This record gives sequence, C-alpha cells and structure tokens, in this order.
Amino acid sequence: MQIKILRSKTNSHQLYSLPAGEIPLLNALTYIKETQDATLTFSAGCRASVCGTCAVRVNGREELSCSYKVKPGDIIEPLQYHPVLRDLKVDKDKAKKTLLNATSWLQEPKEASLTHSDEKLTEKQTDCILCDSCYSACPVYAVNPDFLGPFALTRAYRYSVDKRENDAKPIIDNIQNNGVWDCTLCGECTAVCPKGIDPKMDITMLRSSSIQFGHSDPSFATQSFGTPDFGGGGFGFDPNAGF
Amino acid sequence: MIDVLIIGSGGAGLTAALSAKEAGASVLVVGKTYPTNSQTSMAQGGINAALGNVGEDHVSSHIADTIKSAHGLCNEDMVRQMCGDAPKTIEWLENLGVPFSRLDNDEQGKDTVAQRQMGGASAKRACYAQDYTGLKILHTLYDTCLKENIDFKDEHYLLNLIVKDGIVKGATFLNIRRGEVIQIDAKSVLLATGGYASLYHGFTTNAYGSTGDGVAAVLRAGGAVSDMEFIQFHPTALKHSSILISESARGEGGYLVNESGKRFVDELKPRDEVARAIFAQIKEEQRVFLDVRHLGEEKLMELLPQEIELCKIHEHVDPAKELIPIKPVAHYTMGGIDVDYALEVNGIKGCFAVGECSNAKVHGANRLGGNSLLEIIAFGRFAGENAYKHSIYASSKPADSTQKEKDSTEIKALFSQEDTSNFYPYRESLGDIFYGKVGIVRENAQLNEALDEVISMQIVQKEMGISDKNQTNNQNLIDFLEFKNALLLAPTIISAAIARDESRGAHYKVGFENENDALKKHIVLQWKKEETCK
Repeated sequence: MQIKILRSKTNSHQLYSLPAGEIPLLNALTYIKETQDATLTFSAGCRASVCGTCAVRVNGREELSCSYKVKPGDIIEPLQYHPVLRDLKVDKDKAKKTLLNATSWLQEPKEASLTHSDEKLTEKQTDCILCDSCYSACPVYAVNPDFLGPFALTRAYRYSVDKRENDAKPIIDNIQNNGVWDCTLCGECTAVCPKGIDPKMDITMLRSSSIQFGHSDPSFATQSFGTPDFGGGGFGFDPNAGF
Repeated sequence: MIDVLIIGSGGAGLTAALSAKEAGASVLVVGKTYPTNSQTSMAQGGINAALGNVGEDHVSSHIADTIKSAHGLCNEDMVRQMCGDAPKTIEWLENLGVPFSRLDNDEQGKDTVAQRQMGGASAKRACYAQDYTGLKILHTLYDTCLKENIDFKDEHYLLNLIVKDGIVKGATFLNIRRGEVIQIDAKSVLLATGGYASLYHGFTTNAYGSTGDGVAAVLRAGGAVSDMEFIQFHPTALKHSSILISESARGEGGYLVNESGKRFVDELKPRDEVARAIFAQIKEEQRVFLDVRHLGEEKLMELLPQEIELCKIHEHVDPAKELIPIKPVAHYTMGGIDVDYALEVNGIKGCFAVGECSNAKVHGANRLGGNSLLEIIAFGRFAGENAYKHSIYASSKPADSTQKEKDSTEIKALFSQEDTSNFYPYRESLGDIFYGKVGIVRENAQLNEALDEVISMQIVQKEMGISDKNQTNNQNLIDFLEFKNALLLAPTIISAAIARDESRGAHYKVGFENENDALKKHIVLQWKKEETCK
C-alpha cells in the first residue's frame, strides 16, 4: 500500500510504500522512519490515545496517529493553525497559551459535597488529552488567530461548573473577548475529538453562564436596536445601531 | 540563578514544581516533550490512600500491604511516610480540582471520593477517576502550574548533570527545536525523568521515551543507582500491541482464563505472582485471555471506558462479547536513582530524584497497583520542599562551561560521523533480548548470554549513528540519544540480576526459587571516579 506524507523541506507530498495489512498510522510512520527514511519527523508518545502527542490530519481530517488505521492512498499532513516545525511536527506553544488566557483552573477552591452526578457533569470534558485536534479543525482561526478555541473553552467550562469553585466569575469574565461569542457553533471540534468531547455544547453552556454573570453577546449589542425605548421622544430606534 | 531546576514534566515534576514554588523557590521545569505528554497520563487504575470511604481501612493496613509486597526490600520508614501522607495527598489533589469518581454518601471533600480494589490490597483503597486517573491528575496539576505561573522549557532533552566536587551545579540540555546545547545553572536540581521500562522495546506498556535518561545521567555524573533488576511485568497488556489493560479490570471482577476457558490463578494476587502464572500458561502453549464479559456492557462502559475502546482499536475485540487476548509485559521499574531519606541522590549533593526514576525504597521487589501515583504526588511535594531547602544555602557561583562544551563536541561528532549503521534494528533486538532473557522468569545461563550480547552491542554502538543530519527538530538524534541511555543501563540490570541468586518479588530465577535472607539487601551500583572522568 502507498501513502503520501507532506514534507516540510520540499513542501510537497512524498510517496511511501508500506506492507499490506491493517496497522495504526503511527506504526506505519515508525516503520518508515526505521527502515526507509530517518528524516521523516513526527511526534509520538504512549501509543494508547492518552498522551495527546500524535495528532495529524489524514485526508483533511484530524486523527490520532496511534489509533487511526492507515488505508491505501491516505494523505497525511500536519495540524492546521500551528506553525510547522518539521514535517508532521508542529509548535503547540500558541495553542497552549489559550489555557493561560482562559484562566481555566479553580479560581477560589472550597470544600464541597460531590456526588456521582457531579462527576458525570464533567466526566467527558476531563477526558481531554490536549491533542489539539479541535484547534486544528476550528475554522474561526482562519479569521481570528487570537480565538481561545475549543479545548480552552471546554476546560473553562469544566472548572466553571465545578462545585469546588467558590467564584466562577473570573473565568467567565476571561472568556468574553475572543471567546465564547466568537465561536460559530459549526461543530467541527466535536466531530474530530478523539475522546468524544463536545466543545460546541460546552461553549453554548458558557454563553448561558455569561449572560447570567451579566455579559451579553457583543455582536448582538452592536447590531441591535439599542436600549428599549418606552415612550419619550424619538422613533423607538437608535440611528447609530449597527455602526 | 534558578533555585530549583526540575527535569521532567510528568506528575512528579509538576507536583515538585508546585511545592517548591509554594515554599518560596524560583522554579524552572524542563522536559523533552510538553508537560501533559508524560507517562503519568497512562496510569489508569488509581491512587492509594487509606480513606476508608468504601468499607473499613487504616493507614496501618496500607503500610502492611506495601511492606508485604516489597518482600523485605523496602525502607519501612519511607513506606510509613508515604502511606501516612496519602490521605492528605488526596485532600491536596481534591483541593486543586481533580475530577475523581464519586460516591453518593452525603460527605464532604475527600470523603466523597470513590475507591476500588486493586491487587495485593486488603481494602478498597485506590481512589480513581474512571480509568483515567493519571490523565486527570496530570492535567489538573498542569492547570494549577499555569495558575501559579510556573516557568516551562519544553522540548529540551537532558544531556548531562553538571557536578563539581560532588555538588550539582545545573545541567546541560539539547534544545530539540534549534539543535543547540545549552547549560542551565541552578542551586538545586530535581530529577523527575521517569523509568526505564522502554528497554523492553516492543514488550512494554510504556511510551517510547521511558528510556531512563535521568538514571543514566546520574550514573555518568558519579551518583548511585540501586535495585535495577526489579522490573515489574504487568499481567494484562494486549497481546499484539503491548497496550495496558488496567489492573482495575480484575479489581472490578474480571477473570483470567486459558484457551480451555479455565481460570488458573487468583486474579487479585500481586502483579508478580499473576504475571508468572500467565507466563507459565504461555510456556505450556496456552493462549491467555482476560474475560470481563460477565460484568456487562453498561458496567464496563461506566468503569473501564478507555480499556473497551483500546481493545476495539488495537485487538479488534469487543470486551462485552469476546475474550481479550493478553500477555504480561514490562510496565514499571522499581529500581533507579539511589536516594536517601530526603530524596537526595546518593553521591551527588543538591540533586534530588522523585517518581519512577528514583528508588525511594517504597516499592521494594514489587510495587502495588495504586502506589506509583501516590509516590509521585506525596514524594513529589516532599522532594520539591527539600530541593528548595537545599537551595537556600547553596552557592550561587555558576559552573564554567566545560560540560556544555564537551556535550556540544559530542553532538557535533554525531553530525559529522559518516557511514553509520542504523541503530533502530538494535533498539528492537535490545527489547527482544530483554524480554526473552531478562524477563519474568530468569536463568543464569540466559542472563549471561544477554550480558554478552549487550556488551557486544555497546561495542558496535560506536559505529551506530544518525542518518538524519538536519540540525533542527531532529527526532532521529533524540531516538539515538535515548537508545544510548537504554544501552548504558542494560548491563546494570543484567549484572544485578545475575548477582541475585534467589527469587524475590518481581525477580524470579530458576534454580533459586526461594528468598535467600543473605540477599535481603539492595544492590547498589556506582561508577568509579576514573571511569566518570573519561
């Protein structure tokens, strides 16, 4: 079987031959590196879908190399919206910075009485392995490179609803700019997550919390008809709205 | 100059960073990957603490179980400290926000944490977060490190410790992205670099990078290592991929059966005994399986969601309906850097070691499931504090650049070396040698063969090298440096195994099937000064 891999030095797809058989892509990459081409560069770790190191794009879709079964004709490329360091290896520094900007941690911890249903509330969200698949699949980055993005917002949500959080307001405040309202709710992140996490739903939930904490959708505020006008002069609309 | 330089960014390193910083230290964490990529993410089953949330339990029982499993090779004071600190360790993690699995018991805080049975434990003692315990602890630690503004240097590969007159002064690293050697000066150095089970390449549950980089660096720098022969084999890894299926699968009621469908061992015995029982079946040409079908799909998805997925991907079986083919593979290294009561490396002052890379003598000849996560957190905090205390009175005069220049020259030589032979096949055969001859059941004749083969490989190593000559982001180079560390450690494991003419815990030798009281001691290895100066 043959597969194509995008090489950074030539910026072109290079064809590699593999023995027939159903193997994980990571085994194929390792086989190529060990026996054919030691210059092929990729990142890998645990082989068991839990360390978050080996995400790439296969035929335009994000996959963990260690769990994706390689097929003839597959085209392998690095994650999007990450600077490519070499071949399939990318620089994740900027993506990781979104966690810092989202302040996704317990702000003011307190002891709480947690139950099985509290555990279930964030069980999926805390399965996140920071593989950056969702970041790569998010179309918002094409227009806004400063977007906090799916995994940071999912993590912000996870802490904001934790019963041990005494004051979630700082988290909610910190995800307003380039945050929850910039998401288009397209669901690409949810579609590619190898752990079955649904960042789109988490972002929707965070929007509700934002409103509860006194924030509002900024696009709505600028495009709306201003504050309600119950009588008095004027025509009941703001002539500056939308400008 | 940095007070505490932490090398390794897994659970032990991150915990130590938080405690050193809390104590007042300036801290830098350097790792060869990103923090959340570490081996800690792979720990599944749980973290032990005698909380007694599910039935009666006592710290004294935890201590007794740990000592029993260690087969006389632990330091009972260290065990007492670790087990005694366990409840407050869980409280600390609870306070950071670790999303543990819960009971419905109307209690508060750590008293609501669910606990499960693990092998060799006399109570339901392992606190867990489904079968993602390590992952969820690791990520919560990382989030907390961001909160506390811990500084990180990712993608820096440890080359050597800088030691002058027996005192650590810092370390040298290869900046993987730029391909340059750098020196980091520090008053204290804390190693949290992980174990060396990846020597068993192809026959280990570990990630590729568990090559004992820190253990090898300590040996080169004149420090001591001990108990290197004690390698834990996990009874249940997937047969074809060596991917781990957590002990909790048996803790929750899974059976081990042979191909005639017969159970052949008490599944909840300690790992060494279960691994040997499986090995004996395999020797009799029986295939061995883990059977969890009777638990039912709903319970499996609730308790072991990760395992079910991994079985489907890597073994093409649905555990709710089919048997899971398994074999025992190398999982954890009990031995490592020899440390004292304060976790300071014997032979290198100011250098501390914690986690799987160190031998704090709490696991002895056989580690209990759930005690490794406990060790990295409980002792990670202790090591961080001790490293800070050392830094207060340490000299702030930096070392000269001798080590850095020496390392730069060596790296440059690898780039200019021509006609090198490919080391990858050797990495594979090192794994084969170790699994075949330094495995679950050992024999002196085979161990001696293995030693000869490894020494020949060390001689051939001079002709091995890298074929990728790209300066930056050179993974071929990192793979080679890791392989060199593995190969450097190989004879220490085999020679200690040869010297131990007895069977104790994970070390089992044909012809010497019993414990020998005269050998109830640690085998400590240290390179002579002349050798380290070469």
